[in-house]
Amino acid sequence: MFSESVFSLTGGKAFFQEVSVWEFFGSTKWSPQFADQHFGVLPLLCGTILVAAIAALTGMPLGILGAIYLSEYATPRIRSTVKPFLEVLAGIPTVVYGYFALEFITPYLIRPFFQGLLGFDVDGFNALSAGLVVGIMIVPMVCSLSEDALRAVPRSLREAGYALGSTKYDVCVRIVVPAATSGIVASFLLAISRAIGETMAVVIAAGQSPVMTLNPLKSIQTMTAFMVNISLGDTPAGSIEYKSLYAVGLTLFFMTLAMNVLSQWWMSRFREVYQ
Amino acid sequence: MTDAPPPAVQESPATSPVNRLGKEAGKAENRLFFWTCRAAIWVSVAVLLVLLISVTKNAVGWLDWQFLSNFDSARSPAKAGMLSGILGTGWVIILTILFAVPVGVGAAIYLEEYAADNWLNRFIRLNLSNLAGVPSIVYGILGLTVFVRMFGAFGPQGWIAQWTGWVFEGFFWSEHFQTYLIPLPFGRVVISGALTLSLLVLPVIIIASQEALRAIPSSLRHASLALGATKWQTIRFQILPAAVPGIMTGIILAVSRAIGETAPLVMLGAMTFVYFAPGNLDSVSDVMQHPEGLIKAPFDTFTVMPIQIFNWVRQSKEEFKYVAAAGIVVLLAILLLLNGLAILIRNRYSKHMRW
Repeated sequence: MFSESVFSLTGGKAFFQEVSVWEFFGSTKWSPQFADQHFGVLPLLCGTILVAAIAALTGMPLGILGAIYLSEYATPRIRSTVKPFLEVLAGIPTVVYGYFALEFITPYLIRPFFQGLLGFDVDGFNALSAGLVVGIMIVPMVCSLSEDALRAVPRSLREAGYALGSTKYDVCVRIVVPAATSGIVASFLLAISRAIGETMAVVIAAGQSPVMTLNPLKSIQTMTAFMVNISLGDTPAGSIEYKSLYAVGLTLFFMTLAMNVLSQWWMSRFREVYQ
Repeated sequence: MTDAPPPAVQESPATSPVNRLGKEAGKAENRLFFWTCRAAIWVSVAVLLVLLISVTKNAVGWLDWQFLSNFDSARSPAKAGMLSGILGTGWVIILTILFAVPVGVGAAIYLEEYAADNWLNRFIRLNLSNLAGVPSIVYGILGLTVFVRMFGAFGPQGWIAQWTGWVFEGFFWSEHFQTYLIPLPFGRVVISGALTLSLLVLPVIIIASQEALRAIPSSLRHASLALGATKWQTIRFQILPAAVPGIMTGIILAVSRAIGETAPLVMLGAMTFVYFAPGNLDSVSDVMQHPEGLIKAPFDTFTVMPIQIFNWVRQSKEEFKYVAAAGIVVLLAILLLLNGLAILIRNRYSKHMRW
């Protein structure tokens, strides 16, 4: 990947020898497939972050509340009923989520609410539907990792809380969750990294128009969607569009790697060890 | 579902300094929080059910025997079938298992049983979890470069030919097919897809197998070694049999992930409308009639189920969305079966083995 984007091994020029790093990260126009080519990755980055943010806002609260329920409230029977459902949810292919977003969430949930009720203009492809399904997709991950963290908090801490007259709510929110913060934050970071790298749901539901917008009802393009789009057409190997694939892929790789490393570092740095 | 009983402690007569008002507010807060948490988990389950029901509803009337036994059709949605995808997935997954399982389990055994605790092995362990977090589409680019194009080294236009004038196109020229049996570079074929998916699932298999091995108490190892068994005998006859359920569960989950993976194979350039099976082997009788297809199949172009679904979703004809739904139902049925199998294995063996 380095060889195609940063320097060239095989003759010809590498991507960053033809397009300056400054243009790549500074320009707000992305149009590699038009005659007037521009290579500013910011619209793609913006789309990716928009979808990941919506996903995080949906998936993280659902995941953490679900984890609290499973570890603090649920009886073993409910746990053993719910867990397989979550595992199935985690195992559903992302194409299926994309189909669900395009055919059901947009026409039956987003359209009636935002267009029918509030009068906004909703595109057939929009970032909101993609973000929502990616959010659902990361729930099992957040839920199981946070639940592990919550369960690792020793019983004695909870009992100390009750002994001081706290309610269950106080024990959960003021004692157990703070004690498990490191694990919970790590699960959030991993989930966001997953949302950034998510491909097929976003390709299907969020559209293919690289524009800089924060309006979740508009069609956008993410980095992953662009990569799929290029590889679907027949772009000759060695052309600048083909090399832009590697440049975008490299950016994506480093973003997710940074999140993963941060998550691991956070885990080891802030973990509280109980006996 | 039953309400989880609130702890008795909380109801006990208050010797605490909380005043009456604060206690009532605390109770309301308490109940609200419980219901919010409870709602969160059931919302997730409900979404899953809605998804399954709505997709199945769209598939009704389109999912029949001809859908499973026909090849794809670009022109008429009613005739479109999934046979090429099902057979393509079969080939890719079998090859993926062949590549990934021995390497993955071997690596896990090395890391858990043999590897010393030095900086290199710590670095490898750290990288494994990083690799598991790399987006699948990045594996797609890797596969495209390494397996499909082989860095552009081979073939008449490759840089080896340009530098040395020596054209290298493959191994094993076959008169029968008038082509090389192992072409170089591989191109957009089954084996490139299988190798890419192997890389993708390797970290998953290694991590799952490591956990299975770690769960085996060291008393078992010590007992075996104390009886005079060699390290290899201990691993082969004591540790592996005990770890098999855990390893199997990991492998099944990894395989079901590989079956559903679309993005890396799209990057490799797996085809969209495909009207043949790899090696032209459509049925068992085909295999009997021309078994040489078995050699050809790994180097044939292909499609897989999720790519067919993706392709149908993209079509502009309205009916294709029902075809896609039918495809999704087939795919989900296979995945649910695999998931069920994994849960079954885990439950069965977790009852028998307690240390």
